[in-house]
Amino acid sequence: MTDSAQTHHSFNWLADIPEYHGLWSWVTSIDHKQIGIMYVLSSLFFFIAGLILALIMRIQLMLPMNHFVSQDTYNQVFTMHGTTMIFLVAMPLLFGFSVYLVPLMIGARDMAFPRLNAMGFWIFLFGALLLYFSFVGGGAPAAGWFSYAPLTEKGFLSNPGVDYWALSLLVMGIGSVATGLNLIVTVLTLRAPGMKLQYVPLFVWMVITTGFLVVLSLPALNAAIIMILFDRLLNTQFFNPTHGGSAVLWQNYFWFFGHPEVYILILPGFGVVTEIIPVFSRKTLYGAGFMAASTVAIGFLSFGVWMHHMFATGLGFSVLYVFALSSLLIAVPTGVKVWTWIATMWGGSIRFATAMLFATAFIIQFTIGGLSGVTFAVIPLDWQLTDSYFVVAHIHYVLLGGMMFAMIAGIYYWYPKVTGRMLSEKLGKWHFWLMVLGFNGTFFGMHILGAFGMPRRVWTYPNGMPIVTALNFFSTLCAFLLAFSILLFFWNMIYSFFKGKIAGDNPWEAWTLEWCCSSPPPPENFDRLPPVHSRRPLWDLIHPEDRPESKLKLGGHA
Amino acid sequence: MDLSNAQFTSIFHFATEQGRIIVNLQYINLAICLGFFLVVVGLLAFVIIKFRQRPGDGEPHQSEGNTKLEIVWTVIPAIIFLILGVLTGVVMSSVNPPVGKRQPDVIVIGHQFWWEYRYPKYGVVTANEFYLPVGTDLMLEIRGADVIHSFWVPDFGQKMDAIPGHPNNLFLKPIREGIFLGQCAEYCGSQHSLMRIIANVVSQKDFDKWIASQRAVPAMPGDQSSQHGRELFMSNTCVQCHRIAGTQATALVAPDLTHIASRKTIGAGVIENNLENLAAWITNPQQFKPGCLMPNMRLSKSDAHDLAVYLENLK
Repeated sequence: MTDSAQTHHSFNWLADIPEYHGLWSWVTSIDHKQIGIMYVLSSLFFFIAGLILALIMRIQLMLPMNHFVSQDTYNQVFTMHGTTMIFLVAMPLLFGFSVYLVPLMIGARDMAFPRLNAMGFWIFLFGALLLYFSFVGGGAPAAGWFSYAPLTEKGFLSNPGVDYWALSLLVMGIGSVATGLNLIVTVLTLRAPGMKLQYVPLFVWMVITTGFLVVLSLPALNAAIIMILFDRLLNTQFFNPTHGGSAVLWQNYFWFFGHPEVYILILPGFGVVTEIIPVFSRKTLYGAGFMAASTVAIGFLSFGVWMHHMFATGLGFSVLYVFALSSLLIAVPTGVKVWTWIATMWGGSIRFATAMLFATAFIIQFTIGGLSGVTFAVIPLDWQLTDSYFVVAHIHYVLLGGMMFAMIAGIYYWYPKVTGRMLSEKLGKWHFWLMVLGFNGTFFGMHILGAFGMPRRVWTYPNGMPIVTALNFFSTLCAFLLAFSILLFFWNMIYSFFKGKIAGDNPWEAWTLEWCCSSPPPPENFDRLPPVHSRRPLWDLIHPEDRPESKLKLGGHA
Repeated sequence: MDLSNAQFTSIFHFATEQGRIIVNLQYINLAICLGFFLVVVGLLAFVIIKFRQRPGDGEPHQSEGNTKLEIVWTVIPAIIFLILGVLTGVVMSSVNPPVGKRQPDVIVIGHQFWWEYRYPKYGVVTANEFYLPVGTDLMLEIRGADVIHSFWVPDFGQKMDAIPGHPNNLFLKPIREGIFLGQCAEYCGSQHSLMRIIANVVSQKDFDKWIASQRAVPAMPGDQSSQHGRELFMSNTCVQCHRIAGTQATALVAPDLTHIASRKTIGAGVIENNLENLAAWITNPQQFKPGCLMPNMRLSKSDAHDLAVYLENLK
């Protein structure tokens, strides 16, 4: 580290920063780092809630014709589990990572609109609490996380659960659009001198793509939710076929948001892995241009695939076929990413710290989720597999084995930067192996359950099907292992916050800008920035011979 | 319930011509996916073993990429997925011929939380258990009565959503006799998981016999308890939802009971159909299927028994 990268303020522990002392400093904060931390902590809190709901479902499904919970309770539980994991865990987690890291990675002092940033967080938190208030305020929603009409009409679900669901998502959706916009403007306007768009770290590149997806897709959901609220509260009939409305219309609106949403969730995960793999392989990203271009390609294509959630709705051949082809096409840029990660590791000197272990497991598990996704694009196979447990397996391989594994890798990687202390590698490795076993044990068998004809969202299944029973029983056992591994992870985060090894500025010898200020970074991040001539400014400081202009001076010899 | 002769099911089993074609595509797709997976895992395993950090390693050679290689690994998967896309189109058009003016052989209607089957060519209406003749090209029309359901018998090769206001068609040519189980696949509310389908594929002869028996109007009951049962049925609210051919009960809101005694189960596959179960069901259906739309009839034990005797005579 050279002098130019030193800051005047320097801290070793998050609790040492005077500006962050006291609850008031957090409640009133417009500091992107405090807001980012609050996003991540809320997300982890709701992760526990979602996990408990998941365990209730797994206990219920452990044995055939079980009566651990009633069918109506079960329906509320799976609705709340799905809604929680998507909107209360995955979304705030990616926003937390984004608002914490993006300003640091591009050398900015804060987000472009710090107050809007704070509003985004608080509106999310109160929206989330509103959703959970439904449990005591008249009944939780029970229409599934995508709330298909006309089941959501007042005549079919008269308790206020769906109203809570709709209002809460609407509130959070408005906050998401604000944060998405904020991220776009931040990246476009606040980059450090010399940081051209092609020099931003790939994580930032993926976050800005996500920002565009958020801004363009969430309004569709928000509008549809307003329509459903009108249907329920003002007796309009948008989605009520008996009075001239359309049930399929809701599906079009929802998935027009819903499929980009899948990429909103996974792209930041891709970004995290794309930062981690090069650092721990000690190599620059292989084919960075293709990686960036494939991200943009996914962004565009993600708006043209939504109907693959609707292949069994009996829409005409030509409409469905177009969406089959686009859904197959989107697998190509996604595949490019997988090859790029492997090629980056190829020829490297790979350090298998816990962060890298999670990133590696991510590649394999995401590949399984991607390939089961390809299967859904082949329409006749989708006719069999959609709405079965195969979908449950698929969504968990993509979002838990994919997105969450990537985000957990990210927590192991950036926790030292955020808190100033290292997470325990020993606990981390236990966490990793138990989680890999627990995750795959819980969800792999669900592919087979789906293939055996078990529909999703069933409260129970008949007696006398030994394979189905065995697979469900095994899945439940592994779910507890998975939950235990996550407890270990939480213990690691708490223990290491107080007892972890002091991290220092750059414990992983990484090369993006966030690693040149102290760990944790001081409130306004940087006093001075190193010059930026490539994607790896800190590498360039140590290896000036790798800089593009020095290669030129050497007359192309390098 | 005794369904011991029902067939074990999976997406790799098929009982229809359409299912046979789709299963072939399953195998092709499975092979392609497995191929990709093995390449990824193989490469990763090699990289992990070969390139893990060893003591004394310096920083490795930095490689920015290789455009030719990157084009190759973009184009090859694209070609493979294109082939899958072509196969998709071929299979879709071969299992779903154009409808034209063709009339459906069976109309399947999903209700909360049971299935209605109408045979418009024969004037037959039944519920939850239905019959199809083997070896015939059939077109089913799938409708939703209230919310969205999905008609899924895995051995038939595909599911089809039952959407209110948006009737769909499902084509099938059964090639194997047997009892095939399925159930509602689109979450439809409280009792979604107990909305089962029992499909009987039988020979043309047996099918004709079944149709004839379903068309027959049941005779007036002879014995005393079933006469009393009939009076109870006609004087209670039963008639506002159920139909029994040849009587003043003509409502089609709930399952048609004209030949309820010919069915194996009650409540869309919830319990076995026998006198005792039926009497218990009539007394309090919510105990078997909480959330189903049939209310507790509050009949005395002997009234419920008589009513069940009457219904069990409706063969």
